[in-house]
Amino acid sequence: MTWLPSGLRGRLVITFLLVAVTASAVVAGLGYQIVRRGLLDRAERGVVADVRETLSRTPLPIGVSDVVWPSDATVTEDDLGQVVQALEAPERTVIVTYGELLRTSPGFLFTLADLPSGLRERAAGGRLVYQRALLRRRPWLIVATQIQRESGQGVMRPTGLTAYVFVPLSEEDAVLSRLRTALAQAGGITLVLALTLALLSARRVLLPVRRLGAAARALGSGDLRVRLPVRGRDELAELTATFNETAAALEETVGELRTLESMSRRFVADVSHELRTPLTAMTAVTDMLSEDAENLPDDAGEAVRIVVREIGRLRVLVEHLIEISKLDAGAATLHRETVDVGDALADCLEMRGWADRVKLTVPLGLAFSLDIRRFDVIVANLVGNALNHGAPPVVVTARVRVRPDASRGLEVTVRDHGTGIPEHALPHVFERFYKAGADRARSVGSGLGLAIARANAELHDGSVTAERREPGTLFRLWIPTP
Amino acid sequence: MCTSHNDQVAGILLVEDDPSVRTGLELALTRQGHAVTAYATGEEALDHIRTRRPEIAILDVMLPGIDGVEVCRRIRRLDPLPIILLTARGDDLDVVVGLEAGADDYVVKPVEPRVLDARIRAILRRLESASPDRLVFGDLVIDRGALKVSLAGREIHLTPTELRLLLELVRRPGQVLTRRYLLRAVWDHTHVADSRLVDACVQRIRAKVEPVPADPVYIHTVRGFGYRFSPP
Repeated sequence: MTWLPSGLRGRLVITFLLVAVTASAVVAGLGYQIVRRGLLDRAERGVVADVRETLSRTPLPIGVSDVVWPSDATVTEDDLGQVVQALEAPERTVIVTYGELLRTSPGFLFTLADLPSGLRERAAGGRLVYQRALLRRRPWLIVATQIQRESGQGVMRPTGLTAYVFVPLSEEDAVLSRLRTALAQAGGITLVLALTLALLSARRVLLPVRRLGAAARALGSGDLRVRLPVRGRDELAELTATFNETAAALEETVGELRTLESMSRRFVADVSHELRTPLTAMTAVTDMLSEDAENLPDDAGEAVRIVVREIGRLRVLVEHLIEISKLDAGAATLHRETVDVGDALADCLEMRGWADRVKLTVPLGLAFSLDIRRFDVIVANLVGNALNHGAPPVVVTARVRVRPDASRGLEVTVRDHGTGIPEHALPHVFERFYKAGADRARSVGSGLGLAIARANAELHDGSVTAERREPGTLFRLWIPTP
Repeated sequence: MCTSHNDQVAGILLVEDDPSVRTGLELALTRQGHAVTAYATGEEALDHIRTRRPEIAILDVMLPGIDGVEVCRRIRRLDPLPIILLTARGDDLDVVVGLEAGADDYVVKPVEPRVLDARIRAILRRLESASPDRLVFGDLVIDRGALKVSLAGREIHLTPTELRLLLELVRRPGQVLTRRYLLRAVWDHTHVADSRLVDACVQRIRAKVEPVPADPVYIHTVRGFGYRFSPP
């Protein structure tokens, strides 16, 4: 229904303001009421006493002797005029009635019709009554009474002559109005002070909270050494201390994990390096073995061919392991140079003896800045994958293009026309040692080729993606213009 | 100096500390028709060179004692003997340092004997393609018949690869030759990725023939393409 600030700061400020405003409103209201009542009471008492006193002194033709009593005596307008005169004062309106007779003070403002309802009836009872009323937008005190006189037996009796006095309360009203203005000003100042204080204290309370938040974000983004100074002994200080302990524990755990991970990476790298020496020795003699296998008995010849073939596979696997452990260790660096992409692709295919098995389509003189060795590795792995797992024709294209997101870069596609990779396997083909299907269970490659291709592309801030085609698979290498 | 080569039999000095690798390569190279002398340490190999000069040296980079790069450097101080380094895969630093130390080429372990043989033959074939004439470019005099280069009358000793590259460059003065072209012409490499071979070799030639190697007057770099020989 209404908007409520959800932040701690907003809630703190509003609560503080509410308390301050309520407290000052209550105090001011009570004070005002007390002052008002006091002022009005005093004014009323003065007026009432004055009227009572005046009336008691005013000579009347009624009650002069025991014999003469209302109905008996003749009361003239002049008598009423005397009463009016006695009660008159500046700004007052005096009305005196006796039976049908009525006399009003000169310059009168009010008539009997202006009397608050019920006042007349109450005054008729013989008592002096008074009431405050707002007439013509100004506060008035109206006093009404039947003049009483002592009867013969010493008993006070109403004479039937009724006097109404309208006394202005403008002086009191002015005082109260000034008081209201002063209170309103004080309230305004209090509000501003309260707001300032609320903001300051909210800031004071929230600063450590904000610091904690920033520290937690830093922690989340990997800065595990972040710690906060613990000040004071309140709940926030406790929370800060807890945060520090958590961060320390996290740092330790992550440190251990990193050590373990780097140890295992080191292990893979070391193993690969160690494997290389025996592989070099074996590789050195595989050509001789292949040649001599021709002269061996069938089964021995077959055995030798298996050994030679598997040494080849082992060599690729070890090369890839070394490559990927270098990439993992973050030791891989990028040496960009401007190269002719067509030449680079042609060289890559030619060096591996693939030139006549792959159709290459590249615009002449396509120059692009890239790390030529890494580019060669990417293309070799993509094409090798297409040749080993796909079916001919294998088509390689390259062009510089602007993608829909306005980024410019080099796009190389490698397409085969085999059975393709199942849709569910596509996102996984770049994982290490992932086998896309039963027919690929016995892979010709290392199982690392595509992972290496992707890592090398990412080193260029680029990407390698795989898409299904009918038939076959399209691998798309993207290297953005640096 | 030994300037004639038998295309089939080359005297190869092989330095490799691992006995199996050493024996394996020795067997394979011998089968391919080379005369191989193998040593386990650089010190032994250097002793051998002093008494009997081989036609080509193949050095493993990782050696106990003085390493392959240092052996290469020491050989280079005495002799423009062709040198091939055996490096570990992915150790790019080895390659760069080795080429700076004066190696002519490198192969990556585990190397196939066919590849190694092709590199050896490419290096040894180099000196036989020059024609017998004398080219003079200011102070620089290149005798293509005698395969000698002199600068201001003083003879300069270039390795066969350096000489071959220089001859390739001066064959077409003023023309830009790409790294790719030079790789194919000088090293028989079909791999553009080895352009570091060209760069390192040009640096070595400049160090020998340019008056101020950092501000070359003979061999100019054409950024993004390759090199151009244009005499002052």
